[in-house]
Amino acid sequence: MHRSIHRKHMTSIQDIKKQFPIFQNNPSLTYLDSSATSLKPQTVIDAVNQYYIEYSANIHRGIYTIAEKATQEYERARKSIATFINASSPEEVIFTRGTTESLNLVASSLGSEIIGKDDEIVTTIMEHHSNFVPWQEIATKAQGSLVIIPIRDDFTLAVESTGKSQISDFISSKTKLLAITYVSNTLGTINSVKDIITAAKKINPDIITIVDAAQAAPHMPIDVQDVGCDFLAFSGHKMCGPTGIGVLWGKRALLERMRPYQFGGEMIDHVTVEKTTYASPPHKFEAGTPAIAQAIGLGAAVDFLNAVGVEKIHQHEVTLAAHTITSLKKTFGDRITIYSPPAPYRSGIVTFTFGKYHAHDVAHILDEEGVAVRAGHHCTMPLHTHLGIPASVRASFYLYNIEEDVKKLVAGLKKVEAVLK
Amino acid sequence: MSIYGDIILDHYHNPRNYKTISQKTHAVEVKNPLCGDELTMEAIIKGGKLIDIGFSGQGCAISLASASLLTEFVKDTPVEELKGITPEDVVGLLHVELSPNRLKCALLSLEALKKILSQ
Ligand SMILES: Cc1ncc(COP(=O)(O)O)c(C=O)c1O
Repeated sequence: MHRSIHRKHMTSIQDIKKQFPIFQNNPSLTYLDSSATSLKPQTVIDAVNQYYIEYSANIHRGIYTIAEKATQEYERARKSIATFINASSPEEVIFTRGTTESLNLVASSLGSEIIGKDDEIVTTIMEHHSNFVPWQEIATKAQGSLVIIPIRDDFTLAVESTGKSQISDFISSKTKLLAITYVSNTLGTINSVKDIITAAKKINPDIITIVDAAQAAPHMPIDVQDVGCDFLAFSGHKMCGPTGIGVLWGKRALLERMRPYQFGGEMIDHVTVEKTTYASPPHKFEAGTPAIAQAIGLGAAVDFLNAVGVEKIHQHEVTLAAHTITSLKKTFGDRITIYSPPAPYRSGIVTFTFGKYHAHDVAHILDEEGVAVRAGHHCTMPLHTHLGIPASVRASFYLYNIEEDVKKLVAGLKKVEAVLK
Repeated sequence: MSIYGDIILDHYHNPRNYKTISQKTHAVEVKNPLCGDELTMEAIIKGGKLIDIGFSGQGCAISLASASLLTEFVKDTPVEELKGITPEDVVGLLHVELSPNRLKCALLSLEALKKILSQ
């Protein structure tokens, strides 16, 4: 009995790996760069293919059978995503090209309208450039300012509950926007976004809150209503879906109020020579023919993640990351510096610098050993400046990673020391 | 095969011309936007000839080795001859094949040299 339970667990991870055809083509690949983009399961590849070979028509216009099927599948994907993040309706789910476009949409359609001289936008030092530069841009243009929440020595935000700083040190009546990441793509820190947003709205109920969930949506259950934010953005390609598709979720009342982002077909209500009225959300924000196959693929990715269980994926990654940290410290001691927060703030991302070795050399030698990691600033230059390092090495885990991958990482780093001395 | 062969490792561990030059006539700084590495290169050019050259800064093994090999290669050479140096020449000095991203590391020192020659 015990034996069979044990075997069942073993096969479940192997079964997951089997569903990603890239491993059949690269049997020795240890892929530790899922934070950059995830690998794709067969079901997602099939869903995209199926659209192209069975019903590749444009949506929302055709009266014929395959066009109706395409529209139905596209809208079904929107529904699955709405349920996945507990949106109150599918109309609150806007398809974009990805997190970057989602954040730019909010910045351009709402942000630039509400930020004036001396107004403040609050963000954090750990943001990805895509949740930093658009706000910096708006603040500069409007002669407002960008207020930055720092991190503590343990790589958690200064405003976390045990900290000395409080959210009231940063939020005031001047604050118009709060843009914050759910999970840092470099430190792996999971921020208490719900608590931070609740505290911020208590000080100033009018602020608009935006959550970058690019590293959260693929890895942990998300409930937008519980988080209490106004907008939440994520990318399909980091959560087993295709590239070129992402999501902006927004509260319906705000979406109604906002100006369109782009103008053209599909987003209108009525057009005359004199004047145009716009469609309701989400169509108001989806000008032109969208990424239909990719949206349907993202729907399939969400079905896939639901079938495995997002909480289970989260636990799996956190366990692998914890083993990695223990193993790296044990093997390399002071020669390795790890930029990870303590539990429960830790996710499946482990970023480090290794002795005097340059991140590029470390990543290159690891690649020669079949281990794919990321080297550089990971689009978080302000954070790297704060840490006082030009670049770092990042290993990030997902559902298809196994203990063997951790062993290969450690062995690869031993090789780095052997080669570079 | 590893790109970390004997030549690159030798120049990485013992970079030649890793120095600043007090009597320099030329000085430039270049940056690799991919990794943030910065390289400073200084030189003495007199009578149409590159008399001395040195570099300093932080970098990966490839960028350090290539700066070391390149500065060694160009010292004591007429400026006119140096203007014809190509990226292929630098890769030739390293004796390895490089992917496009690593090529940027390898060519940072050439970018610095070209800047010096155009001053
Ligand atoms: C935290 C975070 N935000 C935003 C992005 C940008 O996502 P994308 O490039 O898919 O637009 C990324 C991905 O690199 C990320 O990790």
